[in-house]
Amino acid sequence: MPGMTRRRVLAGSAVLPVAGVMEAHGDPGAAPNRFAPPVPGREVMRRRYFPDLLLTTHEGRQVRFYNDLLKDKIVVLNLMYARCTGACPLVTSNLVKVQRLLRERMGHDLFIYSLTVKPEEDTPAELKAYAAMHGTGPGWLFLTGKPDDVELLRHKLGFADINPAIDRDKSRHSGMLRYGNERLALWGSCQGQARPEWIVEEISFVMPRGAPMAATS
Amino acid sequence: MYFDSQGRRVSRARFNQMYAAFKNRQELIKAGLMNRRDLVKLGLLSGGYLAAKGGLSAAWAYGGGGGSQCASPPTTPFTMQLPIMPLKQPVSVSSLSPAPQINPNTATNPATGLPFEGRTRTHQAPALGFAFPPPVVYQVTQKPGLVTMSNQLPQQTIWGFDGISPGPTYVANYGTPVLVRNVNGLQGDNSGFGNPSVTTHLHNAHTPSESDGFACDYFAFGQYYDQYYPNALAGFNSDHKPTGDINESLSTLWYHDHRVSFTAQNVYKGLAGFYLLFNQFDTGNETTGFRLPSFPAFDIPMMFNDRCFDPTTGLLVFDTFNLDGILGDKFLVNGVIQPVLHVHPRRYRLRWLNSGPSRFYQIYLTDLNNLNANNQFWQISNDGNLLPKAVLVPAVALGVAERADVIVDFTQLAGKTLYLENRLEQLNGRGPTGNVLAAGQGNLLLRIVVDQPQVADQSVDPATGPSYYALPSTNVTPLVQRSFDFDLSYNGQWVINDGLFDCNTVRFKVTQNSVETWEFKGGRFGDPPWSHPIHTHLEEFQILQGAPVLYPTGGGYQGSGSYYGTPPPSGTNLARKDVVRLTPNGDVIAFFRFRDWLGRYLLHCHNVIHEDHGMMLRFDVAVTGDNNQRP
Repeated sequence: MPGMTRRRVLAGSAVLPVAGVMEAHGDPGAAPNRFAPPVPGREVMRRRYFPDLLLTTHEGRQVRFYNDLLKDKIVVLNLMYARCTGACPLVTSNLVKVQRLLRERMGHDLFIYSLTVKPEEDTPAELKAYAAMHGTGPGWLFLTGKPDDVELLRHKLGFADINPAIDRDKSRHSGMLRYGNERLALWGSCQGQARPEWIVEEISFVMPRGAPMAATS
Repeated sequence: MYFDSQGRRVSRARFNQMYAAFKNRQELIKAGLMNRRDLVKLGLLSGGYLAAKGGLSAAWAYGGGGGSQCASPPTTPFTMQLPIMPLKQPVSVSSLSPAPQINPNTATNPATGLPFEGRTRTHQAPALGFAFPPPVVYQVTQKPGLVTMSNQLPQQTIWGFDGISPGPTYVANYGTPVLVRNVNGLQGDNSGFGNPSVTTHLHNAHTPSESDGFACDYFAFGQYYDQYYPNALAGFNSDHKPTGDINESLSTLWYHDHRVSFTAQNVYKGLAGFYLLFNQFDTGNETTGFRLPSFPAFDIPMMFNDRCFDPTTGLLVFDTFNLDGILGDKFLVNGVIQPVLHVHPRRYRLRWLNSGPSRFYQIYLTDLNNLNANNQFWQISNDGNLLPKAVLVPAVALGVAERADVIVDFTQLAGKTLYLENRLEQLNGRGPTGNVLAAGQGNLLLRIVVDQPQVADQSVDPATGPSYYALPSTNVTPLVQRSFDFDLSYNGQWVINDGLFDCNTVRFKVTQNSVETWEFKGGRFGDPPWSHPIHTHLEEFQILQGAPVLYPTGGGYQGSGSYYGTPPPSGTNLARKDVVRLTPNGDVIAFFRFRDWLGRYLLHCHNVIHEDHGMMLRFDVAVTGDNNQRP
């Protein structure tokens, strides 16, 4: 009888969850002191998200992702590829305006990094032409690298789509920006298609005390 | 030979076409044209930019974005007691320095170089006859604190109101306005997440805009913000002068950080607590009014959340760049992983709150020694407010920020051990699969042991059919009917009606003291699908159509429970709510009265990861509103 079967199954499993709960959660005698000591917030972030990969800039310079590009800086990161006709031109032109609004800090403590999602075709020369076309200035680097490294970085920075089919479609790469203050371990994300003035405001959220940083003129 | 951007060979004609488009784009960029509509018009972008791309359902695997980085160290459950939060104690108004004032205190504090107060707008309440300063004054400080979440994990540095999480519980009464001076004392290393800039939202309250905890009213370390909570019934200055509509009474509210773009990090770090409102009916005393179990002895607020811990350091971690939603693998109640509660064999009022960040729950009362037992209980509220009548239920479903007050009668369960068990399956941060796991196979949240001595119980048995508050009439023609689509754009940006969030963009204006209906539509193209708990500020709503129901046991879930055109709500959906679970393909129509107060408010998804990344909009309540139907 189905009823009997069901009861038997449930009666049988009645003991299991208790045992499962006790055992699946491990050794009751485990003591807190087996853990590694805490590390500062920026170190938490570096270990989890920022591999120190070797990348190449649109100027052909070799740089380390963490040590050369992030450390002690305020940064904005986005994805692009040179021949993209979807979100990239919109986001890039937005960032050009951001760059203009924040020109006094660009290249000093504030940097924009645009990572290609097509390292195979986006050579430094291609990226340089793209940068020139958009009129990007000092402090804004376009980055390429070994395809596997670029892919790892894209995943580390949360730019991968949960759906592999969407993820493979380069035209659907994330239009979100990452922005952060490495020293203070303050990191956020905002929409690359937001108004440039709003993007500037978002970047100011990782400035100490949220002090306005846009050029006043 | 010519190639396109994909490396495919193309004809010379096609290449020329592409090159022309490229040049055009250059011109546009030079000209500063960046508007998508312009680009579509010029044929440089295809239309249907946000449209779904069919046939993608092939081989995606769950877990890629939502919680796959969570690998917390093992902990033994049920070794710590359920913490009960202390009650917030008032202070004398003279202890506040500088003294509170009606206009914002914008004088510069020489110690910080910033204005003393973060507030930018005048308190509205005093001009409407509310006492200033009000009779009850509190001071609370957001500050770091060291807490124990499990006795097998190191002490955790959290950010809490008064340094604890959940923060202290406020006990407020209708007719007694209060002022909370909120001081930002957050400094020091943030352990990798949390922005020491805050704004505190009193969730569900009928609050003037300047005290609502609007996302953009944030203030910095060293600043304070005075929030005036009138504790007045909705309608006091409109359709139910002068005392408001008793049927708009609120009961279980919570307060939490609402810092724009950083709400998820800050709440995850601990900035949340309960705010309970009592009146002459819901008195907190089981011998008076509705005779609900007495607070605090038999009336217990419970804040549920899930968290991740670093396997190496054992410390709380936040998945900073996961924008789908974060799932934890450790389940906390009132700040402790899987605690224990010892109860007397009598009725209790349990106030359940899902404080997020992203998980949905369906909570059952499970007896692991008798998995067949259907331990039903009485649900008396759906969000912060008592239902017209108690409803006997097998479970309660809670999206993020949803609340339910339940009455559990432990009389017949004396000697037993029971568990609050979440049996809703969720594999990524976007929303639940809709599958309900078998009893005993879900997440055990809390162990309840009915081992305390018998005590008197003077509370009313809900089985006798007591009535609470009637539902205010919805038989009114709305002034405006608006519609909102909650979607993910083609390039992975959360949007409402294709729009992005911005503090300074007022998406629409509601006419003060008017009635509106809002239609909420869930994303149709999610793959995997997503759910959104939609929350509105200032006013709660009644669901006219598309109310979500419990996720069905035994399968049959089709992203369902919320379709436009479903029968009118019944049971626990005959309610006043401030959060509605928008299930995949969901379509909900909600009825609102926007009363009494003016100013800036929010409509947003309360999966705080979605909220922080654009699934939010600002609307204002103004003397004269607009009739924008798809703002």
